[in-house]
Amino acid sequence: MGVLAKKKQRREAEIPTSSMADIAFLLLIFFLVTTTIDVDTGIGMTLPPELDLEVEPPPVRERNMLSILINAQGQVLLEDLPSSVAQIRGEVRTHVTNQGQDPRYSTSPGQAVVSIKTDRQTPYSLYIATMDEVWMAYFEIWDTEARSLGFIDYQDYRGSLDEGEENLIRDEWPAQISLAEPDPGDA
Amino acid sequence: MGHFTKKSKAKPEISTASLPDIIFMLLIFFMVTTVLREQEVQVRTILPSAEALTKIEQKRYVSYIWAGPERLPGNRFGDTKVQIDDAVIEDMTNIRSIMYRKLTQEPRLIVSLRVDEESEMGVVTDVQQELRKGGTLRINYSSKRDISNL
Repeated sequence: MGVLAKKKQRREAEIPTSSMADIAFLLLIFFLVTTTIDVDTGIGMTLPPELDLEVEPPPVRERNMLSILINAQGQVLLEDLPSSVAQIRGEVRTHVTNQGQDPRYSTSPGQAVVSIKTDRQTPYSLYIATMDEVWMAYFEIWDTEARSLGFIDYQDYRGSLDEGEENLIRDEWPAQISLAEPDPGDA
Repeated sequence: MGHFTKKSKAKPEISTASLPDIIFMLLIFFMVTTVLREQEVQVRTILPSAEALTKIEQKRYVSYIWAGPERLPGNRFGDTKVQIDDAVIEDMTNIRSIMYRKLTQEPRLIVSLRVDEESEMGVVTDVQQELRKGGTLRINYSSKRDISNL
């Protein structure tokens, strides 16, 4: 009698499978949320068109141009003064937002140009660091401007623009970064 | 004796009803995370990190140029080389015609420069001069987010 009762119990032992699908979906959603798909990020630039030898480049007043020079040893020259990469951001900000007050800086944001010149032996990482600082300066200016218009930041302002609507902040504070022509002799 | 043999015959089986779900889950997971590599990159490109990053939303407009030390057998690295698509460019002046052809096919072309952080500016300047001659002016210095600052 005792043997029979034991047999019955064993046959009915099964793993419940009805909740498996739920567990699977839960895992799927977990992975979907946590995985980051590799997005291409980088610093965007527009190269100047090829120089036409017959057409003179438009003159830029010296005070409107902030020149950044980086040599092969990684030393930075900001407006002919020895400097460091960390100082570039502040300098670009004062240069662009000067509005003609300080005679050493630009006359107006629309006129301000930042020029970057490198050597052939300049490390690429330093060039990117410089470019990063210059762009961050502009991003900060745009953020401040967007905040004064009542937006959270520049991204918020851009998101509020309709298709084809003019970006007033970018029109007023254009990022004019010039890559200096490489010296012809040292190729 | 009799009930001993019966015991070994009763095989508890694992249910296979949820197997399709598990398989589908794995499939979708891998579909989402896998990035299809179209080209074999023959140069090393450790990207520099930066803060002022913008995302390239329209991936189909992007064309890549890799530059960095060439991978040699035995985990060694050679001289700095430039690669477009699946070919290492030996003569830099070829870049302008390659890029011009790409530009005629896709006028909104963005050239993503994936340059190794230990490279020198010389190679970047050369590539940029060629891009200007080819008329492909929209570029992007590919760089990743600086994790140490977060």
